[in-house]
Amino acid sequence: MAYLKGDERKELAIKTTRRSKPVVKWVLISTSALFIFFMLILPLVSVIVNSLKEGFDFYFKAISTEYVKAALLVTLLATVITVIVNTFFGIMASWLLTKFSFKGKQFLATLIDIPFSISPVIAGLAYIMTFGRSGWAKPVVDYINSTFGTDIKIVFAIPGVVLATIFVTFPFISRELIPVLNAQGTDEEEAASLMGAKGWTIFKRVTFPHIKWALVYGIILCTARALGEFGAVNALSKTRGETFTLPLEIDALYLAGSADSITASFAVSSILVIIAVVVLILRNIFEHKSKSM
Amino acid sequence: MYVELKNINKSYGDFKASKDVNLGIEKGSLVALLGPSGSGKTTILRMIAGLERPDSGDIIIDGVRVNNVSPSERGIGFVFQNYALFRYMTVYENIAFGLEIKKMPKKEIKARVEELIELTGLKGFEKRYPNQLSGGQRQRVAFARALAPNPSLLLLDEPFAAIDAKVRQELRSWLREMIYKVGITSIFVTHDQDEAVEVADQIIVTNKGRVEQIGTPKEIYKTPDTPFVSEFIGRSTLIEDYHKLKGFEKGDYKGAIVRPEFVEAFKSDNKVFSEVMDCSEEGVVTDILFRGDSLELKLNVNGIELTTFRSLERRKVEIGEKMRVIIYRLYAVDDEKAYLLENQELKDKDIKNRRLEAYLYSSDGYFVV
Repeated sequence: MAYLKGDERKELAIKTTRRSKPVVKWVLISTSALFIFFMLILPLVSVIVNSLKEGFDFYFKAISTEYVKAALLVTLLATVITVIVNTFFGIMASWLLTKFSFKGKQFLATLIDIPFSISPVIAGLAYIMTFGRSGWAKPVVDYINSTFGTDIKIVFAIPGVVLATIFVTFPFISRELIPVLNAQGTDEEEAASLMGAKGWTIFKRVTFPHIKWALVYGIILCTARALGEFGAVNALSKTRGETFTLPLEIDALYLAGSADSITASFAVSSILVIIAVVVLILRNIFEHKSKSM
Repeated sequence: MYVELKNINKSYGDFKASKDVNLGIEKGSLVALLGPSGSGKTTILRMIAGLERPDSGDIIIDGVRVNNVSPSERGIGFVFQNYALFRYMTVYENIAFGLEIKKMPKKEIKARVEELIELTGLKGFEKRYPNQLSGGQRQRVAFARALAPNPSLLLLDEPFAAIDAKVRQELRSWLREMIYKVGITSIFVTHDQDEAVEVADQIIVTNKGRVEQIGTPKEIYKTPDTPFVSEFIGRSTLIEDYHKLKGFEKGDYKGAIVRPEFVEAFKSDNKVFSEVMDCSEEGVVTDILFRGDSLELKLNVNGIELTTFRSLERRKVEIGEKMRVIIYRLYAVDDEKAYLLENQELKDKDIKNRRLEAYLYSSDGYFVV
C-alpha cells in the first residue's frame, strides 16, 4: 500500500471495513438514529407541536405579551454585549496562548476553561457573593455610586445578567481559535515581522485571514449559548418583565401551572428552538467554509 | 569579510547551541552551513537574521555591529524552511508585502514585483494562492519575496527540504544560477552534503555548536581537518584495526576513516594491475548490492569490512569470490585532528606519475595528481 497517499489509504481502509462488517455498520447507524430521534428530535418537535396546540392566534398572542417582549429585549441586550466582550477577550487570549511562550501558560489555558467545568448556578452565586449585599465588592460599587452620583446595581439587575452570561460563554471563542492558530504556527508572522511589519499590520494582514471563519463559528456558538443561558442568570435575576431573559420567562410561564400558561411557555420556547435551528444551519455553512480554505 | 561572527555563544536552557563560533563570509559568495540536525547551523543563521540573540559575541554585517539592530533593519532577505508564504495572499501580494510595509509608491512596487516574477519564471501565476502551486513554484515565490526589498544578504533555511527528490536536483542548479545572476551574498543551511557540495562555493561544517571547518567543497572533501568532518563527508566508515591493512602502519591514532573510493578491488588475473599485484592483499566478497549506475561490493579484508564501488562495465563478480584489494589512503584520526595516510607500499613503488589512472575506479583515485 506504500504507493497510496494518506487519503487514499484511509479510503481503502474504510472500504475494507465496510466490506467485511456490514452488520456492525447497520447496528451502529440504527442505534445512533434511534437515540438521536428519541432524545433530541422528538422532544424538540413536541415543543413546536405543543406551542401550536391552541392555534396560531393564541401562539402570536403568547409570544407578544409585555413580559415576553421585555424578556426578549433583555436576552438580546445581554447576548450582544456578551458576544462583543468575549470576541475581544477570545481573540486576545488565543493570540497570547499560541504566539507567545511564557511561564504559567498551561495554567492560564486551564483557567479559561473553568466555565466549561463549573455549574452555571455556582457562577451566578459567585457574583452574588461578590457584588451582593454582603459581598466584598459591594463597598466599591457603593463608593462609585456616591462619588459619581450614579445608581449602578449589579445583582438582581441587568449588569448582573450580562456578567453571568459573559462568565458562562467565556471560553467559546478562544476554544475555536486556539486550534486554528496552533495549526498555523508562527512562521508567517515571523516572515512578516522580518520584513518590517508591526503588530497590528501582522494581525490584520497575516493572522486574521486564517482565523476569520473559525471566529465567525465561535461567535455563532457563543451567541447560541448566551441566548439559552438559564442557571447563572436565574441566580442573579428576580424581576419578571425587567431583568428576566427568555429562558427565565419560559420557566415562569411553565411554573404558573395553568393549561394556557404552559402552552404559552411552549410558544416562547419555540422562539429559542427556531433560533437554535438557524444557528445549526449557519454553523454548518461556516464550518464547511473554514475547512475549504 | 562581509559577514562576521566573533566568539558567538548561545544556549537554550542547558543546551548549548553555539560554542565560540567564529566565521567570516566574503561579499558575493554562496555559503553552505552544513551539519547534522542539532549541530547549531540554523541557530547561526537565525542569529545573523536577528531572529535569535546571541548570549555573547559580535555579529558584524558590512562592517557594522548589528547585535542591537532589529531584523527588519539588517538588510537581509530570509527564505524559511517551509517558505512561510502568506497563505491568504496571492503570489503577487506575497512578493509585494515587504515593499508595501516599506511604503514604496504603488507604481514602483508593481514594477519591482513584475521584474521579480519575470526573473523567477513565475509569469502567469501572479493571481494564484500558495496552495495552488507546486513545491518548486513555492520556493520561487519565497525567493522572489525575500529578494523584493533589495537585501544585500540572503539567508535560506534548508531551502530544499520541503521538495521531493526529483525536483530538488533541478532546483539546486536553478537557485545557484539565480543567486549568481542577482549577485547577492547568500548563506544557506543544509544537512545534505551533496546539496552543499553542489550548490555552495564555500562550506562551513558545524557540529555540536562548534564550527569544525571552513573551506571550499573540494578542501572539505579532500583535506578534512577534524575527525568529525572526515567521517561526516562522503560515505565514510571508521575502522579501528587500520594497521592490519597492507601498506599502513600503526600510529598514535584512534582509528581511520575509509571511503569506498579509497578501496580498489580486482581479480588476480587482471593484467593492468600486474605491476602493483604484490601491494595487494586478499579480500572475500561478502555482499553485492546493485546501485543502479554501479555495484557496491562489501569485502572482508583481514577481518575488516570494506566497501567499494565497481563499474558495471567490468567483469562479473560473485559472493564468496576471492579478490585482490588495495587501499590507496585513509584518514587517520585522533581526538582532535584528521591526518591523511597514504599507502606506504604504493608510495615506495613510486608509480605515481605513470599513466595507471586509466583503470582506476575514480578520477579522484590515488594515482591522479
